[in-house]
Amino acid sequence: MLTNFRNSFFGACCLLFAGCATTPQTTLYDKLGGEPGIHNIVENLVQEIGRDEQVFHYFAQSRVSRFKENLIEHFCAISDGPCQYTGDNMVDIHTGMNINERDFNHLVDLLINAMDDEGIPHRIQNQLIARLAPLREEIIYR
Amino acid sequence: MRHILLLLTLTFTSQLYAADGKLLATPGISQIEGAGGGGFVPWAQLAGYGSRDEIAANVFCSGANVDDYDLHVCGAQATFYDRVEFSVAKQKFHVDALNLNIKQHVLGVKARLYGDIVYSRFPQISLGIQHKKLDDPTVAYLLGADEDSGTDVYLAASKLHLGAIGGYNWLWNITARSTEANQTGLLGFGSAERGNQREIVLEASTAILFGRHLALGVEYRQKPDNLGLKEDDWSNVFVAWFPNKVISLTAAWLDLGEIAGAKNQKGAYFSVTGYF
Repeated sequence: MLTNFRNSFFGACCLLFAGCATTPQTTLYDKLGGEPGIHNIVENLVQEIGRDEQVFHYFAQSRVSRFKENLIEHFCAISDGPCQYTGDNMVDIHTGMNINERDFNHLVDLLINAMDDEGIPHRIQNQLIARLAPLREEIIYR
Repeated sequence: MRHILLLLTLTFTSQLYAADGKLLATPGISQIEGAGGGGFVPWAQLAGYGSRDEIAANVFCSGANVDDYDLHVCGAQATFYDRVEFSVAKQKFHVDALNLNIKQHVLGVKARLYGDIVYSRFPQISLGIQHKKLDDPTVAYLLGADEDSGTDVYLAASKLHLGAIGGYNWLWNITARSTEANQTGLLGFGSAERGNQREIVLEASTAILFGRHLALGVEYRQKPDNLGLKEDDWSNVFVAWFPNKVISLTAAWLDLGEIAGAKNQKGAYFSVTGYF
């Protein structure tokens, strides 16, 4: 009887603490709409790039499906989602592309359009851009 | 009228070519002495949307109307490869009490020494000079100024923090200026009585960007008081609208303190910059 009580007491405690530990800590990943949200953002971005004269040539040789998968995984990982980025590193991907500053910023504008289309609020957009911004030096003029 | 002409010119020529390599709103606007900056303060950003591979040219006009004075400025900047900015500005300062205009020309150069306000880890740093010359120094000399021309040297640091304040982008700029100008040079330079008056003053701006197109901010500009006329520091509250990378419109409320014996000079300010 006592043991039962103890067990259930500890059980309750465990539940309680476990409950605390998983209290919804909203990640940026959640704010971006989780897996479907990020999927749509990347889908929109690919559409934007496909229509864009200024930067399309950088992507003309890419395999669209692989590009999408890698970008979804990257956005997921960088926004604290349940993913690990398994793609190549930024320097390797962009070496030889010689992306300049202007085109990089234009791509940021396209990403903003893509997020606008998915209804991501301005303040959430800024948080994703803030996490991607430090990668710029590994991307441009390579 | 001048503003309308400027707008029309902009609308037509912008169709031809415009530097657009920076993110919207990040270059700021044009300050009263012609440099890229806020309204009063030259910022570390170079004027216009030219990136490292582009040349940018901009034109601007600004008008301020406080209790006993008006200031009208028009000018232009040319920026090369986001490395160096050249600027010219022509100022007309109307003194209501005397019903006369004081005119001053300002030539400026600014070089980016380090960084990018959005992407570099540390703030963008630029070094600039502004050479100023009065057309007619009569008023300046009457008030006791020593010279009719002078040169300011300034060092500016600026940073945009992405999503920093409640998710909004936050910009700040601090500028240290070595100057001997009285009321930015409109009342001459130095003091005939006290000789060389060069000193270092601090200027600062900060703004929050509410969305991609709208910035709300404040500025502060410390001023020397060479003439013993209780020259006050300047401050303003501004709202700037960037509908696209071709034009920006700014409105501000100014507090200029005491100017040559006239106390409490407050009023409105409007500015338009066109970017090519």
